[in-house]
Amino acid sequence: MTKFVRSLAAAAVVAAMAPVAYAETTVRVAYDADPVSLDPHEQLSGGTLQLSHMVFDPLVRWTQDLQFEPRLAESWEQIDGTTMRFKLRSGVTFHSGNALTAKDVDWTFDRLKESDDFKAIFAPFTDVEVVDEMTFDLKTSEPYPLVLHSATYIFPMDSAYYSGTTADGKEKAEIVKHGDSFASRNVSGTGPFIVSEREQGVRVVFDRYADYWDTDAGNVDKIVLTPIKEDPTRVAALLSGDVDFIAPVPPTDLKRVAEAQGVDLITMPGTRIITFQMNQNRVEAFKDARVRQAIDYAVNNAGIVDRIMRGFGTVGGQASPAGYLGYSEGYAPRFDLEKAKSLMAEAGYADGFSITMMAPNNRYVNDDKIAQAVASMLAQINIKVDLQTMPKAQYWPTFDERAADMMMIGWHADTEDSANFHQFLTACPDEATGNGQYNSGNYCNPEADALMNAANAETDPAKRTELLQKLEGILYDEAAFIPLHWQNLAWGAKSGMNAGDIVNALNFPYFGDLIVETGS
Amino acid sequence: MFAYLAKRVIQAIAVMFVISLIAFAIQGNLGDPLRELVGQSVSEEVRQQLRDELGLNDSFVTQYLRFAGNALQGDLGTSYFFKEPALDVILKKLPATLELVFGATLIIVGLSVPLGVYTAIKPNSILSRIIMGLSIIGISIPVFLTAILMIFVFSVEYGWLPSYGRGDTVQVWGYWQTNFATADGWLHIILPSIALASIMLPLFVRLIRAEMMEVLQSEYVKYAKAKGISPWRIYFVHALKNTLLPVITVGGVQIGTMVAYTILTETVFQWPGMGFMFLEAVNRVDTPLIVAYLIVVGFIFVVTNTIVDLIYGLVNPTVNIARMGA
Repeated sequence: MTKFVRSLAAAAVVAAMAPVAYAETTVRVAYDADPVSLDPHEQLSGGTLQLSHMVFDPLVRWTQDLQFEPRLAESWEQIDGTTMRFKLRSGVTFHSGNALTAKDVDWTFDRLKESDDFKAIFAPFTDVEVVDEMTFDLKTSEPYPLVLHSATYIFPMDSAYYSGTTADGKEKAEIVKHGDSFASRNVSGTGPFIVSEREQGVRVVFDRYADYWDTDAGNVDKIVLTPIKEDPTRVAALLSGDVDFIAPVPPTDLKRVAEAQGVDLITMPGTRIITFQMNQNRVEAFKDARVRQAIDYAVNNAGIVDRIMRGFGTVGGQASPAGYLGYSEGYAPRFDLEKAKSLMAEAGYADGFSITMMAPNNRYVNDDKIAQAVASMLAQINIKVDLQTMPKAQYWPTFDERAADMMMIGWHADTEDSANFHQFLTACPDEATGNGQYNSGNYCNPEADALMNAANAETDPAKRTELLQKLEGILYDEAAFIPLHWQNLAWGAKSGMNAGDIVNALNFPYFGDLIVETGS
Repeated sequence: MFAYLAKRVIQAIAVMFVISLIAFAIQGNLGDPLRELVGQSVSEEVRQQLRDELGLNDSFVTQYLRFAGNALQGDLGTSYFFKEPALDVILKKLPATLELVFGATLIIVGLSVPLGVYTAIKPNSILSRIIMGLSIIGISIPVFLTAILMIFVFSVEYGWLPSYGRGDTVQVWGYWQTNFATADGWLHIILPSIALASIMLPLFVRLIRAEMMEVLQSEYVKYAKAKGISPWRIYFVHALKNTLLPVITVGGVQIGTMVAYTILTETVFQWPGMGFMFLEAVNRVDTPLIVAYLIVVGFIFVVTNTIVDLIYGLVNPTVNIARMGA
């Protein structure tokens, strides 16, 4: 524990023992997992980003309707094709008391480039150049359309605080994935909350940062985060009033939470697409676009969302969710059994064939049940499926081996951009560039790859939209993969908490902005 | 006695060796820990490099020898998730589990003896039939179902008891924080204790009943009755003493089963003990922690079984310990 945190803790103890009762607003939150580390660059995951939004502040952030909102960056302008100039907000201090300057941003950028998990996002960026104390340039090697998207991942760290070495001679700044490091246990950000207590896997306590720059923000003084992995227990904790806010609400309990007195259910379409890939290297028939289309026509995604997901998903016909540039109304979900049968006959597979299928059983919502449903749907066009499901820990190594003819994968674009789906899921596999890393179907279409590359260098949004929609169109026409649905997001909260105002499709609630109505 | 003890210790060491080997062998089949450590878009190259750093690419023998060498010096590896020595993590979680087991044991001992004795004395009364009927239900309903049902009835519907966690604990000594020092702590431990006891209690009621009925048929009880000794004295002093002997043996064996059930109970109640930690570790493929847990639990098994054997010998002197050692 740092001296600074310790003195805070001491202050808290004194405050707790003082006879005068403070009107303190505490919000008790239960998530299904807690952040793996206090180091914002150790792992790129939902848990880490949720923590970052509480303890740090990004340069810019997403609003509920997926627009950009200034945070630590007050304004920005494009200076030339490869340079974006940002102006920092003045008067912002870190929890340690140090003032935020452009030097901290530069330092943070260099650290991001070192992070295994984050460096892919920052690959197009070459440098942060400090112009003056409060101004810096973010530079890319080529014109890049996702500068602001990427800036949502820059949470400036306290460079003075993280510099130097610890008592046992280790660099304070080092990023350690599987071991103890200074940054994984100590934290100083600019965010609305300070981590005052943390027992990993049991609870994290956040206290309001008294000198937070955004004085118009929320009124919550303290947040107690408890990870509750078991779905029924998490729901029970909310319904019994033991916690005020839970995420996620499991599909089986949506109705219960919606109907319960004193709690609200908040839902929103998410951006993670669930898909199946068809391995063309293992199955000759999958090389035929008509067979892939037949499978797409045979799978009743709307039925899956309705029956298995209990309506808690958005039926998908493409990878990009609504709101992304590549999304087009035209690429609607397909389901037509007769059409599927005739396509199979046309391709010469009227009698069908046998395939193997694999899916995880604890990674996506109802993943194993979805796979069973798809398997039985394929039986209707004479494709016999030998299905195997397994826990994610065993599934991913199997997925890497491309061990089955059809495999399930869900994907959320870290960049919140259509090109990302293609890059990882359907681009021609290429070890050098890392493209197609999760393309277990071995689908490969150079035309589609060319469109992706063009889109990644196109800064004009209108032209870019055209490129990305064309790309999605090719994948749709060729049935490169089988899209099922985008998982929806659901939160449960005590009524009157205004929790609906702080949640978003990216699933990192802005607790700093939460305004809880305080009763007398 | 000494020869017996020495023999048991040698046996225990052999068992521990086998456990460590098995625990270590299965870890390779638990999946890839890297996936839990990195984000989705991290390249295969980087993952391979991390595997090298973690020593996961070494041969099984190399990995085991390295592990065994460290284990002999008291180092069971470092948890990937907690980033602390695995043994420390387990020792920190141990008090919570022990207190839960203690709570359940109180309930089991407090209820099984009177209920068992009563149903043995009055086997045909309506109350006895109800107790025996409930005990069958108790044995057949899985622990997690009992637990969830109780949460929904007592926490959600009535709001009498908290639904998860340990509540306010008080620091006692070292890693030990106790539930039994605050009212909030007591409230939190009630439901999990009942859930954990729900499987074991019916078993003990039935066991005590069966043993007691047998003892009540014996000659010396009939003789005592004929002598005019008060029935309560016969039941609770003379008969019960002989009933409890097999119960202790079974009880010792059941401690192991209890450890298994704590995994389910702790998971449902989010009780921050060893069982909950273990299940989470399996989900996260935190292999060092999984191996350490299996070894620690194996150790507890071996020690309790040895102690139970010794106690058995002390309670029933007709068992010749010296001969068992030979």
